[in-house]
Amino acid sequence: MKSHEYIEKRLGVLAALIVVVISFGGLAEIVPLFHMSKTTTPIEGMKPWSAIQLEGRDIYIREGCHVCHTQMVRPFRAETERYGHYSVAGESVWERPFLWGSKRTGPDLARLGGKYSDDWHRAHMYNPRDVVPESNMPSFPWLFQNTLSGDDTADKMRVMQTLGVPYTDDEIATARESVRGKTEIEALVAYLQGLGTVMKDR
Amino acid sequence: MFNDSLPTFWSIWVAIITLLVIFGCLWLVMVVRRSEPFKEETEQTVGHAFDGIEEYDNPLPRWWYLKFLGTIVFGLGYLVLYPGLGNFQGILNWSSTGQWEEEMAAAEVKYGPVFAAFGQQSIEELAQDPKALEVGGRLFANNCAVCHGSGAKGAYGFPNLTDEEWLYGGSPEKIKESLNVGRMANMPAWQGILGDAGIEETSHYVVSLSGRAHDEALAAKGQTHFQTYCAACHMPTGEGMQMLGAPNLTDDVWLYKAPNLTVLESVKQTLRHGRQGVMPAQLPRLGEDKVHLLTAYVYSLSQQ
Repeated sequence: MKSHEYIEKRLGVLAALIVVVISFGGLAEIVPLFHMSKTTTPIEGMKPWSAIQLEGRDIYIREGCHVCHTQMVRPFRAETERYGHYSVAGESVWERPFLWGSKRTGPDLARLGGKYSDDWHRAHMYNPRDVVPESNMPSFPWLFQNTLSGDDTADKMRVMQTLGVPYTDDEIATARESVRGKTEIEALVAYLQGLGTVMKDR
Repeated sequence: MFNDSLPTFWSIWVAIITLLVIFGCLWLVMVVRRSEPFKEETEQTVGHAFDGIEEYDNPLPRWWYLKFLGTIVFGLGYLVLYPGLGNFQGILNWSSTGQWEEEMAAAEVKYGPVFAAFGQQSIEELAQDPKALEVGGRLFANNCAVCHGSGAKGAYGFPNLTDEEWLYGGSPEKIKESLNVGRMANMPAWQGILGDAGIEETSHYVVSLSGRAHDEALAAKGQTHFQTYCAACHMPTGEGMQMLGAPNLTDDVWLYKAPNLTVLESVKQTLRHGRQGVMPAQLPRLGEDKVHLLTAYVYSLSQQ
């Protein structure tokens, strides 16, 4: 008990030892994942988000979609029957930050791409009740008015590039031009229609 | 029993840290227990006071100590049975995807024969079979109602499936085709070609086809535009062409009548901006068995 008293009375020592104890979890559960090919190799056929999709993804984050929607189909039959093939680690290699979410107020969106038409998404974003009467999702009418300037798009892609996303310099050079003047809803729908489409077996 | 998803070094790394932490906890609780100054509960305090608060110096309660040992035994037992020590899979060889595969196989045993039996029947037969329609109705509610509505009556931009009017054909074969490969309509925008006046005139002609109120003079001019630009898909009579999904304009079904606009104004909007209605392909998502039942269900809706 004497040594414990020594620790308890010295805040710096206590803090340092707490960090050591907590780090065991990270050292065993997180660090090895950096060296596991399953978690670091993109699945076959995966392409980085296009400039407009990347902007759409940022709108998805800005509007807090990930608070009510997950992007993670778990390997349970109840989920794969409804959403499609369960999510695999290779699909998230370039996801920074990842948008797996942690709670489903609305359905999972990991395999949303191609499930509905663009028109449906627009109607649904404008007023969800128009297409799903019992929906409690908020309306996002401003997405139809706001347009993208594209001023930051190239920078965003360059950051992604330094994080290992294989954008070509050509894609970055044309990024601003390709999104400028487009409405936010166009960008968001482009992103949503690309979700989970690479895995063919679903 | 072993998988190779982690490189050997990291597999051993994980195993060592995991065991180190477990045995470290065991060691800690043992050391603390051994160094206890009293083996029974006493009134003795540890001897210091913070703001007048003192602390007893009692031994660890026996029940707590035994429970702690229990968690260590449980943890070690778990690591023997389930994955946890690096690449060691545990003697049960359990994995989350393996469990999923078992679930799927069990479901196939249960539901496979049911779907196989339905697959043997024709769409027309199934459309009379209450059991098939019950299953089909649930599939519809889960997969189709989001656009077509729970009653399949459609909505602004999404076709009504319960009436006699079909964009791409209402025969079992055509319905199945729509479900299997989806549909992609493409009505171009005419603003650039017709201009404001042309849009106005053509719209009056289009609504005149179904006997709606219209301006005779404008409609007469619109007829020329119609025959030049629209008749190729909608046919000279305006009765449409199911091969292209060009709707019949002589009936009273208006897929794109906006809730806040009249038919005439809605037609103008369609002419100005064009329409690209998309029905997503369902075969890749649902598979043949379910599409077959859905076809029967959708077919039955217009047969009542």
